[in-house]
Amino acid sequence: MGIEAAITAEGFATTQLTKVMNWSRRSSLWPMPFATACCGIELMATASSRYDLARFGAEVMRFSPRQSDLLIVAGRVAIKMMPVLQRIYQQMTEPRWVISMGACASTGGVFDTYATVQGVDQFIPVDVYVPGCPPRPEQLIEGVMAIQRHIDEEGLPPVGGKRVPLNISVAPTHEVAPQPIGVSLGAS
Amino acid sequence: MASKPNLDHPVFKIVKEAFPAVRFRATEFRGQSTLIVEPGNLHKVLAFLRHDDRCDFNFLSDVIGIDYLDYPTPMPGRFSVIYNLVSYTRDDRLFMKVFLDPSLPTDGIDEDPALYLDSVCDIWPGAEWTEREVFDMFGIRFRNHPDLRRILLWKDYPAHPLRKDYPLRGRGERETYRVIDRTDA
Ligand code: SF4
Repeated sequence: MGIEAAITAEGFATTQLTKVMNWSRRSSLWPMPFATACCGIELMATASSRYDLARFGAEVMRFSPRQSDLLIVAGRVAIKMMPVLQRIYQQMTEPRWVISMGACASTGGVFDTYATVQGVDQFIPVDVYVPGCPPRPEQLIEGVMAIQRHIDEEGLPPVGGKRVPLNISVAPTHEVAPQPIGVSLGAS
Repeated sequence: MASKPNLDHPVFKIVKEAFPAVRFRATEFRGQSTLIVEPGNLHKVLAFLRHDDRCDFNFLSDVIGIDYLDYPTPMPGRFSVIYNLVSYTRDDRLFMKVFLDPSLPTDGIDEDPALYLDSVCDIWPGAEWTEREVFDMFGIRFRNHPDLRRILLWKDYPAHPLRKDYPLRGRGERETYRVIDRTDA
């Protein structure tokens, strides 16, 4: 059973060209892993068999920016690294999207020092921020899916500027358990 | 109350005999002995420790800088450089320490003639990168170093960041870089 099962008896279907393009783009995001620290390990876990990013069509990690359209900045970035990151962004094929993965890439995290960039969005455009230290693979997958929803809805990344609000909120799909209460240590 | 340092490292005696005219100070903490010399005598003492058969410190494990600005106890100098010597043949370790006082304000990167030491690259070639790191972080320069450039930060960095009078968050170095937007290719 392949895609043939979905073909109508007449053998053709009508749709909009942009829809087909968006569908193919979002189903084959090729990430460029810019993994500079511990978040990179979680990025590897996301791509590995247990979490299987391939289910969302984004498993083809490309180590050449020319072949990728999704930049995943995973880890802290020193200001000395900025020329490299910007060059990679500029070399990527259009249209391109950027995920800032983890507290460090998004805000500098705990590394509030002279050398660490306090959020890569100061210097390159970012589409989706994935919080966490490190984010769980599920969170990163949710971030990739947010990019996919964005491609479905609007097609291309917005033009100009940085910090463009996408108005996509990542809502939990599970029931949030109540916080444990009444816990006390060494209570008399 | 700290116990008195136990100055029984066997090398202390050998060095004192070999350099009767040189002023040494020594200290010890939890079995780790440190020998303190004047900067001018550093190179010849280190060369002796490397080549003398009874010392034979054939490995320079590390070269470290320290800034003692606002240190709680008074120190003989503002900066110190520590040489961590190891002898594989004798299974021994010794720290050599020198103190330096700057003669210029320390908030810039101006070359300070008081912050100079003799490079030990001719004794241990491996000192090349560790001395470069001390230079990069503290602005202490090394005479006769084969290639004294910054090693971690870039060439035009306007400070030596491990000096204690340099703010932890820098002076805007991490904020000043060009910004690219979505149209850049
Ligand atoms: S956010 Fe946490 S896990 Fe990720 S790079 Fe920073 S410190 Fe490491």
